[in-house]
Amino acid sequence: MNFDTSEEQQLFSDSVRRTLARDYDFEARKRTLASEAGWSEQVWERFAEIGLTGLPFPAEHGGFGGGAVDLMGVMEAFGEALVLEPYLATVLAGRLVAQSPQARAILPAVVEGRLRLALAHGEIGARHRVDHVTASAWMEGGHWRLEGEKAAVSGAPMAGRSVVPAQTSQGIELFLATPDAVRAYRALDGTVCGDVVFRKAKADRLGGGLAALEEALDFGTALVCAEAVGVMKSACEATLEYLKTRKQFGVPIGSFQALQHRMVDMFIAQEQARSMACLACSKVDANDGPRDRQRAVSAAKIRIADAARLISQEAVQLHGGMGMTEELKVSHSFRRLTVLAVQFGDADHHLARFASL
Amino acid sequence: MDLNYSPDELAFRDEVRAWLQAHLPEDLKEKVATYAHLSRDDLLRWHKILAAKGWVAPAWPQEWGGTGWNVVQRYLFEEELGFAGSPPLVPFGLAMCAPVLLRFGTEAQKRRFLPRIYHGEDFWCQGYSEPGAGSDLAALKTKAVRRGEHYVVNGQKIWTTLAHYADWIFCLVRTDAGAARRQEGISFLLMDMKTPGITVRPLYLMDGGHEVNEVFFDDVSVPVENLVHEEGKGWTVAKYLLGYERMNTGRIGESKRQLARLKEIARSRLDDVRFRDRLSRVEVELMALEITNLRFLDRMRRTGQPPGADVSMLKIKGTEIQQALTELLVQALDPLASDALAAAAGRRYLSMRKTTIYAGSNEIQRNIIAKATLGL
Repeated sequence: MNFDTSEEQQLFSDSVRRTLARDYDFEARKRTLASEAGWSEQVWERFAEIGLTGLPFPAEHGGFGGGAVDLMGVMEAFGEALVLEPYLATVLAGRLVAQSPQARAILPAVVEGRLRLALAHGEIGARHRVDHVTASAWMEGGHWRLEGEKAAVSGAPMAGRSVVPAQTSQGIELFLATPDAVRAYRALDGTVCGDVVFRKAKADRLGGGLAALEEALDFGTALVCAEAVGVMKSACEATLEYLKTRKQFGVPIGSFQALQHRMVDMFIAQEQARSMACLACSKVDANDGPRDRQRAVSAAKIRIADAARLISQEAVQLHGGMGMTEELKVSHSFRRLTVLAVQFGDADHHLARFASL
Repeated sequence: MDLNYSPDELAFRDEVRAWLQAHLPEDLKEKVATYAHLSRDDLLRWHKILAAKGWVAPAWPQEWGGTGWNVVQRYLFEEELGFAGSPPLVPFGLAMCAPVLLRFGTEAQKRRFLPRIYHGEDFWCQGYSEPGAGSDLAALKTKAVRRGEHYVVNGQKIWTTLAHYADWIFCLVRTDAGAARRQEGISFLLMDMKTPGITVRPLYLMDGGHEVNEVFFDDVSVPVENLVHEEGKGWTVAKYLLGYERMNTGRIGESKRQLARLKEIARSRLDDVRFRDRLSRVEVELMALEITNLRFLDRMRRTGQPPGADVSMLKIKGTEIQQALTELLVQALDPLASDALAAAAGRRYLSMRKTTIYAGSNEIQRNIIAKATLGL
């Protein structure tokens, strides 16, 4: 039992933090957020330069073969800086591609930062149910064709290719395709998403089906937990600082016990969330079978969703009116935590799965 | 990062588990499982079984009977005690008076008291709280006046757990009413409960049980040799004890056992989504607390330092979980039902409300984190 970070993990998260400190302060992020694209290609290039776009992929395709535990520090740093770029989408889709014959053609471009991917799995009405798939795929003239619509696809507008689950005569299988249409929009936290449409789109069959998709989504959920811990840390730090500096009635408001105890409860919720992020990441790496993995991931997501709600709401409340403004980072942290709490399943969804295992 | 125990740690845990299975008397196990009252003899019987094995005071230095286990082993041991459903080891001698003597006591005091604590020959209780000094402990008024080779003690303690079983009491008393800071006039005294002038009066709690007492001191004569550390340094001693590493404030093993039992008892209720989700949320909180606890152990092992003030979160979360589990148990069993288990669970629910109040109320624990960890 140990919670040490390896030298390699430390190096990675240090270089991510250096990069974010230089290129991703709050003002720079605000400019990106306000830009038409909503993300920065230059930042993506920097991610490629420091090896981030290779971190989660096998060495044979130019990557470093990192698992969830290796990515924890990165995701936490991304959470602290509220990174807008579609990193997680590319990681999850890329890992599914890595297990397929298409890996050789696709992954080197991803690793070099020239190609971004999306995981287009959600459908209207699915409510996080992974096996709710109405899109279909069939063979026609020696090629696979894909028909259907996918909703709320993170990073879809910037993705060159998407990984898409679809029904075939064999059940649910995974395909790689480019949508015929993308309706881009901004999610509640300002990140770029898209609803996508495939109209008899040419597709490559990746191999792997529901089990691979579930594993990828558990991997993603564990990383969402790690990212959320970073946002929580930033929101807690900002709130603590505010309690120490904001004066009313002639004293710092942090001298009031009513507020101190609420701050302590935020701090404890953050530590409990961090513990569960550690558990989820180590279990998705461990290969102890799906039940163990799903139990840990769902438990983590329940705790993280509850903590995200508590910390985001309390952070704004303790900042008073200022917490409501666009000017302060805490309102952006609020939005991100609200989104992360439901991404890949909210607490209710994971409570149901946890109890069924 | 590796959240699994090492093969050595697992082997140690299995050894402890097997031994407990073989040596925890069935009648005691049954009493604990059914939330029955534990007598003085019950508590001491289990204490002596562990003492005979050499496991009753793992944290002590080896020359006094400690096991030499590292922090992880000590934690595993305590968790296994809880998980096995063994009677509690009363902490007042083993985990409170003894560490104080080891740190501040004279050689004579150590030789006189430690072996008797180890072998369960003296039953200790703790005299801290007073009617006017609860959370604000430094407001204590029980007075000790030096007369030659004795102190004469007058005053009253309250919430004195198991004073009616005790042979000895360690007390915080005021030796200097005129000290500049009220913390400076306090001393740490050991008293034989048989000394004339000591009266114990029971306080029955809402579960009907007799666990705590009021203790009155009326011209009680205490030999000066029973003063621990210097006169006026009692607050230093008390603070040391607060920071003394306690592995088990979260009571993870105990709560795991309660959770497993609850799932068994509430099997038919698990179809009810509302009940099931409440249970799951407590289970998740317990999983998180276990990892948080391991993170504290890991930090202690790496730094060689006792845990910081933030360890208070283990007490806060641990007691919240214990209470939530008991509440669900009562709900599952129905407190209006006629069976003995339902009645015992109901009494346990009443009794467990104390956990967020005792040993520094959870509000005081939050004050500690706010001040010492967050700098508020």
